[in-house]
Amino acid sequence: MSFLDYAPAPESTSILHLKKSYGLFIDGSFVKGHGKSFSTISPATEETIAEISSANAKDVDAAVGAARRAYDRTWSKLSGADRGKYLFRIARLVQERARELAVAESLDNGKPIKESRDVDVPLVAAWFFYYAGWADKLDYAGLGANPRALGVAAQVIPWNFPLLMLAWKIAPALAAGNTVVIKPAETTPLSALLFAEILQQAELPDGVVNIITGAGETGSLLVNHPDVNKVAFTGSTAVGRAIAKSTAGTGKKLTLELGGKAANIVFDDAPIDQAIEGIVNGIFFNQGHVCCAGSRLLVQENVHDEVVDRLKDRLSTLRLGDPLDKNTDIGAINSKAQLERIRELSNIGEAEGAERWTAPCELPAKGFWFAPTIFTNVSTSNRIARDEVFGPVLSVLTFRTPAEAIAKANNTPYGLSAGIWSDKGSRVLAVADKLRAGVIWANTFNQFDPASPFGGYKESGYGREGGRHGLAAYLTSSAVASAATTRGASK
Amino acid sequence: MTIDRAVALAPAQRATDLIGGDLTEKSLRLHLEGLPGVDAVGLEARAAALGTRSIKTTSKAWALDKIIELIDLTTLEGADTPGKISSLVAKAMTPDASDPSTPRVAAVCVYGDMVPYAVAALGSSHSAGRDDGINVAAVATAFPSGRASLPVKIADTKDAVAAGADEIDMVIDRGAFLSGSYGLVFDQIVAVKEACRREDGTYAHLKVILETGELNTYDNVRRASWLAILAGGDFIKTSTGKVSPAATLPVTLLMLQVVADWYRLTGGASGGQRIGVKPAGGIRTSKDAIKYLVTVAETVGEEWLQPHLFRFGASSLLNDVLLQRQKLTTGHYSGPDYVTMD
Repeated sequence: MSFLDYAPAPESTSILHLKKSYGLFIDGSFVKGHGKSFSTISPATEETIAEISSANAKDVDAAVGAARRAYDRTWSKLSGADRGKYLFRIARLVQERARELAVAESLDNGKPIKESRDVDVPLVAAWFFYYAGWADKLDYAGLGANPRALGVAAQVIPWNFPLLMLAWKIAPALAAGNTVVIKPAETTPLSALLFAEILQQAELPDGVVNIITGAGETGSLLVNHPDVNKVAFTGSTAVGRAIAKSTAGTGKKLTLELGGKAANIVFDDAPIDQAIEGIVNGIFFNQGHVCCAGSRLLVQENVHDEVVDRLKDRLSTLRLGDPLDKNTDIGAINSKAQLERIRELSNIGEAEGAERWTAPCELPAKGFWFAPTIFTNVSTSNRIARDEVFGPVLSVLTFRTPAEAIAKANNTPYGLSAGIWSDKGSRVLAVADKLRAGVIWANTFNQFDPASPFGGYKESGYGREGGRHGLAAYLTSSAVASAATTRGASK
Repeated sequence: MTIDRAVALAPAQRATDLIGGDLTEKSLRLHLEGLPGVDAVGLEARAAALGTRSIKTTSKAWALDKIIELIDLTTLEGADTPGKISSLVAKAMTPDASDPSTPRVAAVCVYGDMVPYAVAALGSSHSAGRDDGINVAAVATAFPSGRASLPVKIADTKDAVAAGADEIDMVIDRGAFLSGSYGLVFDQIVAVKEACRREDGTYAHLKVILETGELNTYDNVRRASWLAILAGGDFIKTSTGKVSPAATLPVTLLMLQVVADWYRLTGGASGGQRIGVKPAGGIRTSKDAIKYLVTVAETVGEEWLQPHLFRFGASSLLNDVLLQRQKLTTGHYSGPDYVTMD
């Protein structure tokens, strides 16, 4: 026996008490949807987890109507301190039910339990705690005295961090005094529906948060609903562009958090062992299903071979398999469609002449899997260096001088994040200053904190989530508000 | 700044191979200061991540036995007596009298003047060069401070080797290291290594204690690790156990990374040199020790989990492992009264 073949250490699913089917969460209770229901499956086993309702136009109307009533009658009349109490309560309930939420997330999404347990769920609680604190301090949000809520927020979130993206959307919206209709992604609705139970447990007033499930069509109905004041979307650039078009001129406030093709820049004086870890974390965290993933590795040419050799050694130690096993590093690809896209782009990479290397690991027979892969000899013109793969695929490019590194890093239609690895502080600051990316990490990668604003340049979207800046997406300064409408939550 | 006269250092084989024949204080310094830096946050995060591995059932049973096989059972007290040494040796040979399947520890680690008693108590179980016995390790070179002249350190070492010590745990001169006199530290290690030579031309194994708690920064630990390897150390060891903090997981991970670099540099799978690592002090529970096993296996590889490449310097760890081992066999926890004190 090899010690490294660690004995299975699966997290038990007995903590989960799932229903066979779930309705839509509208006005404080679960109701049947009128669209065609669908199954949500575990991407690791392809087994059905539960039957999920789909919201049609009538259901979307009901959800928006419930949110409007809750806004007019309840939520806009509460003081900031009282709104904060509900948010604190939600945060504590998330912590209490952390293990259950983590298991549900890994089951439905395919991400390793160590990530849902140690990253996703703790950050969800942190987001609610953070914005709970803001609820009675909106005068200090940088928008002048008495900033006003917008009204009903329509929120559409992706499948890569289902519960965390929900928290990123709901926490600031509620703290600022808005009510919410949110639609989780069709492949990952489970944790949002458990979250609805938490809202019931927290006795949040009915209609303040409505959770509707369904596919892209439901999302489109939601963001285009005429009684919505605010649209927040996280997902692909193509869908983001369509939303920007359809909401233009409607007066709806819009924030978009879209794709990325982040450069992770490694200088020759980098702390090498930690840089390798950072590269791995940058692109293989959450199977690379991360919009800010460091998918383009820019390595200084004189250390290229050493970095690639060490990277291959390290990737060979990653453990791919059952997402619920506590020792799994790489889980399942979220869906068959995504797996096919990753395969297609990887094949194009090979066809375009890049050199493909795949970590030696056995893929389970059932489910959707893709082994950690790196491409070397990649040119800036190759599609794998330009298109967002959204999977565990890293493209390695080289540079010779800091100026070239900056130019290559910025040479993308995206601009969400970037990483810099160097032991020299002055160089880190000088390079960071010239990168056109919303988030720049120095000697680390993929670190998130509710106090830190997150968002992109160019095709990566607009608006910021997190921190004080994240509140601005859900507030309007009272000077504007009083001119337009007096409707709005008081602080 | 003026140009220093080149001060030639002892021509240790590894250092001349790597740095070149003109080994001087300056060339050594340039090499050590040219090593890539260590990012403390990243290193500690990696160590913490390795610490979250979940080692259960069969893997745990294997790990517990492995930990025992890798222990240097240690007593380093001013109050040590021949009687205390012989009971330590008895415990080393039969860690758990209630379960004869329990493996033996790798070595006993004692002060130099206690070596004859340890050798006598071990009798035929003393390895004395064989693979199947228990080694006697002696701390030397004015342990734990290292504050003595070189002739005293050499005499201390020779004395222990002559008395039958199989391994010498020397301390480096941290004062010299921190003041930048890398050459002095280097020459002393080379000299002590030479003092480990027995009459028949074989050598006692040399473990070089860096006392990482006094070196304070990870950059210093990396430099000292390289220095000790270049000077001929067979093992690099974290601590004396007399200074806090003693062994920590990040420090041990860093030293393992240096060892991995050295292995890669000297040929890797085709004949690379394997240097041993010994975390010592502060590792008291099976749970902690298992984190170290995971760290070794996932950084330098499983082949390092052998007594000639990895050791735990510990005294109370053994009993916790025995309690865990009994729990795995019987299904319930016993208590401290079900394992022997020493």
